[in-house]
Amino acid sequence: MEVLGFLIDGIFLALEPINLMLIVIGVTVGLFIGAMPGLGSVNGVAILLPITFLVPPGSAIIFLAAIYYGAMYGGAISSVTMGIPGASTAVATTFDGRPLALQGRASLALVTAALASFVGGTVANIFFTAFAPVLASAALSFGPPEIFALMLLAFATFVGLSGDDVPKTIFSICLGLVLATVGFDTISGAPRLVLFEIDGFLRGIGFIVLAIGVYGIGEMLWTIEQTRGEITTSNPKMTLKGMAADAKEATKRGWKGTWIGSFIGFFVGILPAAGATPGSLMSYGVAKMVSRNPEEYGRGSPDGVAAPEAANNSASTGSMLPMLTLGIPGSPTTAILLGGMVIWGLVPGPRLFVDESEFVWGLIGSFYISNVAALIINLAFIPLFVWMLRMPFTILAPLIFVLSIIGGYAASRSMHDLWLIVIFGLAAFFLRKFDYPLAPAVLAIVLGPIAEPTLRQSLLLSSGDPSIFFTRPIAGPITVIAIILILLPALKYVRRKKPVAKS
Amino acid sequence: MKLTKRLFLAMAASSTIATLPMTASAQDWEPRRPIDFTIMAGPGGGADQIARFIQSVVEAGDLTNRPLIPTNRGGGSGAESLLHLKDARDPDHTLMVTLNSFYTTPIRQEALGVDIETFTPITMMGVDPFVLWVHKDSGITTFEEYVAKVQEMNGEYVMGGTGTGQEDSIVIAYMSGAFDLDINYIPFDGGGAVAAALAGQQIMATVNNPAEAKGFYESGDFVPLLAFSDERMDAYPDVPTMKEKGHDFSYYNQRAIVGAPGMSPEAAEYYRGVFGQVYDSEQWQNYLVSESLSPLPMNEEETRAYWATQVANHRQLLSEIDN
Repeated sequence: MEVLGFLIDGIFLALEPINLMLIVIGVTVGLFIGAMPGLGSVNGVAILLPITFLVPPGSAIIFLAAIYYGAMYGGAISSVTMGIPGASTAVATTFDGRPLALQGRASLALVTAALASFVGGTVANIFFTAFAPVLASAALSFGPPEIFALMLLAFATFVGLSGDDVPKTIFSICLGLVLATVGFDTISGAPRLVLFEIDGFLRGIGFIVLAIGVYGIGEMLWTIEQTRGEITTSNPKMTLKGMAADAKEATKRGWKGTWIGSFIGFFVGILPAAGATPGSLMSYGVAKMVSRNPEEYGRGSPDGVAAPEAANNSASTGSMLPMLTLGIPGSPTTAILLGGMVIWGLVPGPRLFVDESEFVWGLIGSFYISNVAALIINLAFIPLFVWMLRMPFTILAPLIFVLSIIGGYAASRSMHDLWLIVIFGLAAFFLRKFDYPLAPAVLAIVLGPIAEPTLRQSLLLSSGDPSIFFTRPIAGPITVIAIILILLPALKYVRRKKPVAKS
Repeated sequence: MKLTKRLFLAMAASSTIATLPMTASAQDWEPRRPIDFTIMAGPGGGADQIARFIQSVVEAGDLTNRPLIPTNRGGGSGAESLLHLKDARDPDHTLMVTLNSFYTTPIRQEALGVDIETFTPITMMGVDPFVLWVHKDSGITTFEEYVAKVQEMNGEYVMGGTGTGQEDSIVIAYMSGAFDLDINYIPFDGGGAVAAALAGQQIMATVNNPAEAKGFYESGDFVPLLAFSDERMDAYPDVPTMKEKGHDFSYYNQRAIVGAPGMSPEAAEYYRGVFGQVYDSEQWQNYLVSESLSPLPMNEEETRAYWATQVANHRQLLSEIDN
């Protein structure tokens, strides 16, 4: 009950005029930063961190949380309208958001994304309020074997029950895994696969570089080739009534993905080393897996938009948990927030909830308010973003190209990455022509850098004995489920063959 | 002896800094564009926290006429940063926040062709000591119990760290050699992840900077056993040092600002003025105390001499690990 009192105080604190103003500014700025390809909440929070020293710490963290929320909503916008993920967390949103936009249903995709984000954020906030300290220590029981088992499960959801060509899916995953190993190896500290001995590869291949190349450049080339520039992806009218209808349809066709994303996102988010990007990709995989019409996925399913969007918001809130309670950032953005808290003289860790309860609950209260503000502001801007799509494709295509290049450069400020974006774009175009699914490669480059070190750490822990994945109480069941999911298509294949053999 | 020397240095440095803004040379040169503030590690680690703290102090005090733009270039144990500075197109506007990979990475990756002696010393912000930690549930409360436990487990004792050749692995390697310990060392991605692994008892002990383990120490989850500092630390007065255990070994992570090779003396002087003011600020002095950093002020020649001894020391320590 004491907690509830603090929370209500926190909400009132967030509603004070100056804080409310900061929330509105933060959400709006975050929305646009998130919508810029390449710039995500990490950049937004980092850029604006110094500004927070002008206001009291309580207001400062509220401001940063608002930017964070805004950016999470904003990431979906360019994913849907241009097919370039606005941030790494919104990659999975392109899978179905972009096809919907091409069908002239961009507003449905954006409304679905906004509503799913809101539900995801709210579910996560409630979990956070109710169980924060318990969940934080539960998350710590996830050591390397458990995390690896979880990654295996994520891959399984993509291979096992995809309607796509299984060998091609596996090829795509392997390609992503190889690209993920470029750069320095955490375990040995030695450089690997430094292609052509170019120094830029020492840093590894950034996920956002691959995503912008594949979805920005590759997608644009594909569209040009398919349509010869004859399309405008416009949505004729954008009225309040239309949006209400979209909201209704989004609720009807996206509720399942929303719930899946909200829960999976939160639990992946609170794990150390995971974060919102794996959370959203896994939610997409699971939503597709349990869906009654998985063939709709990738062709414009509202569930396919809702799942990753609900997940990335939910995971963002979730990743605050290990930061606040353990002082361990669950994502790069929370790492910067952590830096901010240290500067304000707050020590994140197990004592924070006790010693600084007013601050903690004030922050959580501001999550609730930021989430509502982000929903309203986002919905208000949707007509503007849809209106952008009314531009003829001959104007939109060069714009997408330019934005891809700027976004790619902004993230790392290196020319090396720009060349990689162009190369990945061309490669993606040709792979797509040969019907290779690209989403699994993107998944692999996100999960590979988590899966590989945890696999090796686990085997170091067990002195090379793989039974560690089966004997630990949490890792065991997850590993078994993952293996069953991978083997399932083989069983289906055999079963399908049988009647043919009989006849 | 050491203490008096440090005290003297501190006094000398603070008096220089106090007069700095008055001298003409500091005003001759001013940045003409935003200053590239490269961080030698990823977001969230000790170096990153310090860099952003420094940026905020600069921002709050309005100490520069152009902003500092922090960028994390942590790839390849800092190799990415070293190359970025070495090849800087505009050395007068390129700075870096370092840790000890400043010494170790050029030694381990000779192919990079980086010679840190060409870099420009700016300001030594302080040095970060290391401490050996165990989880309270292990029941171990003294270093002797720890040594007995490791020896009893005969190679099964698991410790985590940030990777072979990194700061903590150097400390662990020295300790293993000195006390004949056989440790199963598991690399993790950064000091924060190492502390988390110990909190979840995925591993049995760590060598972490106090800043990384502080939260868990205050909640009673972590027990400090041994400090690798020259003297007992103020924040952990009951924790003995390696020196008390009869081995002349101490190890610190350097937290310094370094300029690109080829930076003009005027620009270097300007930045020394700026970061000297940061160093003297109340915020930084409080940070040194709260995060258990030790001050180690040095001028340019002293820094160069310090670098030379650090490179020699690390060369020897690393060759001992590799053998």
